[in-house]
Amino acid sequence: MVPSKFAYHKPSTIKEAIELLTTHGDDSKILSGGHSLVPVLKLRLNDPEHIIDVSGIESMGGIRDNEKSITIGANSTHGEIAKNAALKEHAPMIALAASMIGDIQVRNFGTIGGSIAHADPAADWPAVLLAADANIVLTHAGGQREVDIDQFFKGLFMTAMGEEEIITAIRIPKTPFNKNSTYVKFPQPASRFALVGCAAAIANSDGYITEARVAFSGVSATPFRDSNVEKSLKGSVLNEDAIATATASVADDVSIMSDHFAAKKYRKHMAGVYARKALSALA
Amino acid sequence: MTYIGSSVKRVEDKRFITGQGRYTDDIVLPQMTYACMVRSPHAHAEIVNVDISHASQMDGVVKIFTGKDTDAAGIGGVPCGWQVDFKNGDTMKEPPHPLLVSDKARHAGDAIAMVIAETYAQAKDAAEMVIVEYNVLPAVTNSKIARADGAPQVHADVPNNLAFDWELGNPREEVDAAIAGAHHVTTLEFINQRVICNAIEPRSAIGHFDTAYDKYTLYTSTQNPHLIRLLMCAFVLGIPEHKVRVVGPDVGGGFGSKIFHYTEEALVIWGSNQIKRPIKWTAERSESFVTDAAGRDHITTAKMAFDKDGNILALSSDTFANMGAYLSTFAPAVPTYLHGTLLQGLYTTPLINVSVDAVFTNTTAVDAYRGAGRPEATYLLERLMDTAALEMGRDPAELRLQNFIAPFDGVEQEGYQTQVALQYDSGNYAPVLKRGLEMVGYEQFRADQKAAESTGKLLGIGFSTYVEACGIAPSAVVGALGARAGLFESAQVQVHPTGKVSVYSGSHSHGQGHETSFAQVVADKMGIPMEDVEIIHGDSDAVAFGMGTYGSRSLAVGGSAIVKSIEKVLEKGAKIAAHLLEASVDDLDYAEGKWTVRGTEKSVAFGDVSLTAYVPHNYPEGLEPGLDFSSFYDPANFTYPFGCHICIVEIDKESGVVKVKRFIAVDDVGNVINPMIVDGQIHGGLAQGIGQAFCEGAVYDESGQLVNGTYMDYVMPRADDLPSFEIDRTVTPCPHNPLGVKGAGEAGCIGATPAVVNAVMDALKGYGIHDVEMPVTSQKVWNIIHGG
Ligand SMILES: Cc1cc2nc3c(=O)[nH]c(=O)nc-3n(C[C@H](O)[C@H](O)[C@H](O)COP(=O)(O)OP(=O)(O)OC[C@H]3O[C@@H](n4cnc5c(N)ncnc54)[C@H](O)[C@@H]3O)c2cc1C
Repeated sequence: MVPSKFAYHKPSTIKEAIELLTTHGDDSKILSGGHSLVPVLKLRLNDPEHIIDVSGIESMGGIRDNEKSITIGANSTHGEIAKNAALKEHAPMIALAASMIGDIQVRNFGTIGGSIAHADPAADWPAVLLAADANIVLTHAGGQREVDIDQFFKGLFMTAMGEEEIITAIRIPKTPFNKNSTYVKFPQPASRFALVGCAAAIANSDGYITEARVAFSGVSATPFRDSNVEKSLKGSVLNEDAIATATASVADDVSIMSDHFAAKKYRKHMAGVYARKALSALA
Repeated sequence: MTYIGSSVKRVEDKRFITGQGRYTDDIVLPQMTYACMVRSPHAHAEIVNVDISHASQMDGVVKIFTGKDTDAAGIGGVPCGWQVDFKNGDTMKEPPHPLLVSDKARHAGDAIAMVIAETYAQAKDAAEMVIVEYNVLPAVTNSKIARADGAPQVHADVPNNLAFDWELGNPREEVDAAIAGAHHVTTLEFINQRVICNAIEPRSAIGHFDTAYDKYTLYTSTQNPHLIRLLMCAFVLGIPEHKVRVVGPDVGGGFGSKIFHYTEEALVIWGSNQIKRPIKWTAERSESFVTDAAGRDHITTAKMAFDKDGNILALSSDTFANMGAYLSTFAPAVPTYLHGTLLQGLYTTPLINVSVDAVFTNTTAVDAYRGAGRPEATYLLERLMDTAALEMGRDPAELRLQNFIAPFDGVEQEGYQTQVALQYDSGNYAPVLKRGLEMVGYEQFRADQKAAESTGKLLGIGFSTYVEACGIAPSAVVGALGARAGLFESAQVQVHPTGKVSVYSGSHSHGQGHETSFAQVVADKMGIPMEDVEIIHGDSDAVAFGMGTYGSRSLAVGGSAIVKSIEKVLEKGAKIAAHLLEASVDDLDYAEGKWTVRGTEKSVAFGDVSLTAYVPHNYPEGLEPGLDFSSFYDPANFTYPFGCHICIVEIDKESGVVKVKRFIAVDDVGNVINPMIVDGQIHGGLAQGIGQAFCEGAVYDESGQLVNGTYMDYVMPRADDLPSFEIDRTVTPCPHNPLGVKGAGEAGCIGATPAVVNAVMDALKGYGIHDVEMPVTSQKVWNIIHGG
């Protein structure tokens, strides 16, 4: 398994990387941890002429604990995220999901930026970042913009990222719902990506739910938040009854994926099962 | 000093663990070129045109060969090594398996051209630019469907895709009559699905034609270098055998898939003479998925009849065995003489008839995979036994005990003559089952099972008791059954002047640990330290002849050949010792590395005798110098290990997820040389057997594409899928080989699969189902529980 020939660039600043991207356009690909792109290249499903390796760009790394949010540099590996104390405290589902990705080698190389740019619907990050109300920081030649996660995933391997943009950071707000959050996954037995991944984040006031964010990976070609579940939960007490009612109709409004591991019916059922598991863990 | 029976650490592991193993792909020869195959993406397609004009001009390309070139060179294709005749006596259909196809592709992955370049990347780039025009045809992948009228024809001259049909045992009418008149009949229709062997090292071959000596060398990841040489020289290329050296260096697992002679081996050898440079080909993992011979793939209907007391009266089975697109080296033997002959199991069944249709389809060839036929036989019998017990309201363990063949040791009592050709050597079946029941705590389990009902979990227990045939095989017997080769083994024991010993074995280790267990045998039998023994294998220039490793034959057959040579060495050594001690040979005892004159202190050490053999200044008259003997050992019979596997599963009703909670295996593999190595073999076999039951399996789509041809989709069992195995042994020595060993390489894989499925069925017994198709995925179980 060898990729087609390509030229390799290793810029050390975001500016340089964007220049390369602008120059080579369609003929180029960003490389971060390589744990999605390299398999694609080796299977020759894609053969870019230029590879722009952003892994050496320092300003894209690191996890910063700010006053109102936590900024995760796009180059942060799953492994770094899993161990980060601020995330464990303010958004436990983020650290938890990171610890459930692949194996140690994958977590030590794969990055959050690469994962969400790749936008595999069965990846773990989409559900978690949707539930977390994350913002994606995109940088282009003219500057920066932030995209609300709800606007980011557009379909199978498709995002709101422009062709000449790079994901430079992910911002996680410090909110009550993120503080009380979790992630569960039903792994596809071969790849161990999510057949169903469910992230739940719940804010309570006086025992009543004031905000509920429940999102899924693996279930539909576009990762989604389930507004039926969220609406049903809001205003209620998170107990067994409320959970049963809220999860009775999980994934009713989306088109569900099907493969030889999980046809639509089973996958939808398991989305319900895992939603109950996630919510029960927070009850 | 007894090495035999102790868990000596594996001597080969130093190089494996420190990354110094030397596999075929590690070998780099001067001037070496690299080959990439152009393979058909279609399962069935006429080849209209192959255009290499652009590819030939690309950077680094040395040469491109197509089917036209191999046709023009008159190369016949790889042969089949086992002939099975039709029921009516006609010879099986054996269509050619060309090295490169020129007329049509018969499975996705069939090779159309070999592109040779200075680097692999260049070969790969050029291979992508070989333009093949196809006329795509409808494909068939299922052996039952392939038999139907109007099904796609894989080979023009094989009507209804039938390679051969075959039967064995008592006359069908008698068996059917017994079934018709029986008190109870259990019938099962099931699929023993195709699994992909998935050796960790992909196949690799280097062909090197040395123009100085007019001599070829083939390095190949094979389980039997000498057989590859024989087949390639005599049947494929017509090149002289003494001008060909075949080396199977370190090999990273085979599980059967590296027994066979593959087209790529002959291609790199032939090509290397054409271009006068070495050629290396190494499979990519995606190629391994579609070109390594696969395993199992049976569709079976089986019936087992009982009298009112639960005694088995008769067994019949009808199987469609998928051969794939071509007959691989041992393919015809697997569903027939390695499967039908095992349907006696451990039971006294008086009437047995087994019938098999071997069928061509548009899939990769199917051949021996760990257990080869015996896992299929065990699956058939053991699924029937547990199902029958359930249907008759009997305890599955008791039903087995009642039907077991009585103990026989093959010495005092004769071997057991089955209804299906074989004579078992020795067996004592009740103790393995009883030990298993003890280990599992059977009564307690049944209580736990009841208690679990209220928790949303279902518990189930499954049994599997098996007997299998190893130590393949007595040449005359297999010859009569259609083998086109002998299945003896050779060994040379070469004592050096200093008393150190080199042993050349025709067996081939690709993970089994021969360098350790064989050395244990040699050291013990010769009374010398293990460090003084080197085991050499895998090189046809070093080892005179060999039949390789498969069918758990290495120790039983290869080890026995070594023992024979050791006996010759010691016999001659005694003559030299007697001369030196001025005593009679009859007065000498040999122990702990020295010959002693009985009843005296007078002795001479092994090293002094070996030195004398090579410096024969003071030497027996008329005796040749040297201390070096070869032997060929042809076994008197197969060996017949047996055992009992018990599986406990827990099913989560809400999700259908099945967890293997416990797995107990009590195996009897005869005498044990190295318990740790045997445990390792059992563990690995169990993992593969359990893997087939609940995760592995090839999935094809309508067009004949393998849907799960990568590890993203093909599920291999992993450590965290498996419980910590609980294993034990009984020891019933083999009566007919000098070590009393039977073989342990496949037992785990043979017994485990039905135990898992039986456990699932036991857990689901409230749901009125008869069978669950492997692999038992959570979705299938959920559908059963929720009436999907
Ligand atoms: C064995 C294995 C198991 C895995 N298991 C899981 C799992 O359980 N769950 C899971 O979610 N994932 C899993 N993955 C995928 C893994 O998480 C990848 O690391 C991740 O999907 C990609 O991140 P990367 O840094 O490796 O990106 P790369 O492979 O380098 O790039 C991926 C894509 O993103 C683009 N890209 C990368 N960085 C940027 C950027 N900063 N801006 C814009 N575009 C960018 C690239 O051009 C490319 O298209 C697994 C992977 C492997 C190999």
